[in-house]
Amino acid sequence: MSFRVHVRVMPRTGLLDPQGQAVEHALAALGFPEAEGVRVGRAIELEVAAHSRAEAEARVRQMCDKLLANPVTEDYLLQVEEA
Amino acid sequence: MLKVAVVRFPGSNCDFDTLRAAEGAGTDAYFVWHRDTHLHGADVVLLPGGFSYGDYLRSGAIARFSPVMQAVLRHASDGGPVLGICNGFQILCEAHLLPGALMRNAGLTFVSKPVDVVVECSGTVFTSGYTAGARLRLPVAHGDGRFVAADDTLRMLEAEGRVVLRYVPAAEGSPLQPNPNGSANHIAGICNAAGTVVGIMPHPERITDPIQGLPDGLEFFTSMAAWQPGSSSTVSMPSR
Repeated sequence: MSFRVHVRVMPRTGLLDPQGQAVEHALAALGFPEAEGVRVGRAIELEVAAHSRAEAEARVRQMCDKLLANPVTEDYLLQVEEA
Repeated sequence: MLKVAVVRFPGSNCDFDTLRAAEGAGTDAYFVWHRDTHLHGADVVLLPGGFSYGDYLRSGAIARFSPVMQAVLRHASDGGPVLGICNGFQILCEAHLLPGALMRNAGLTFVSKPVDVVVECSGTVFTSGYTAGARLRLPVAHGDGRFVAADDTLRMLEAEGRVVLRYVPAAEGSPLQPNPNGSANHIAGICNAAGTVVGIMPHPERITDPIQGLPDGLEFFTSMAAWQPGSSSTVSMPSR
């Protein structure tokens, strides 16, 4: 079976996110002062061949822990769907 | 003569400066390509600055898994000295040879200018020629230089005297600003517990010759050249 996995990597809450702050300031300057708590992360999509959804998720977690996210500074979320 | 491997990744751009600085200190320095699986008998490894693999994903994240890094990890675990400069520091953190991580500069801009730092630890292979407390003016050139680490990691680095370089305010009236990137505790460089693996954001290789100005970076390379393979190095507590 093939699964499409969406990985969302975000800077860890509490760490300074200067990109998010800059975007928030830019939004305010553009007339969107209601935008608050802006944070900028990274989205990664991949297709994975696996026997089950659980296996696909477990493998992608290993990929995240090893390469796709930095455990010191980032958290990640996975969403798995059948391709 | 001490054998010094300067590792080149696709995107390294301080490789020639680093090689030249190592040669100038009287070592047998040579390049090792990122696809090499061994270090050709190196006593010391230098990871130069640049933008390995285009800094894709995160600075140093892909270089960390290149074939040569397996050899560097073995070298380091056997007590072999490694100095990572700028991108080399980022690679050492990604490879978990040093704790913490280097994130986007707090000011978001790429910073290229001289900064003042203080040598807090002279107990490493690469800083033994400095006196602890010595102030240096070294160039920095980076976009991802903000050192961050968990609170307990920062406390450990401070307690064990493993902050090698720290940004300090320049002398009164100087236009130089302290801490160009917002790093935790103004950290500019750290080392492992043995003082053999060192990572720094400033570029000492760019200021080793009087023609470049006061050669404050020279002793990183002369300290290395004076190191005896087989001898151990110990981190001394900072003299602050």
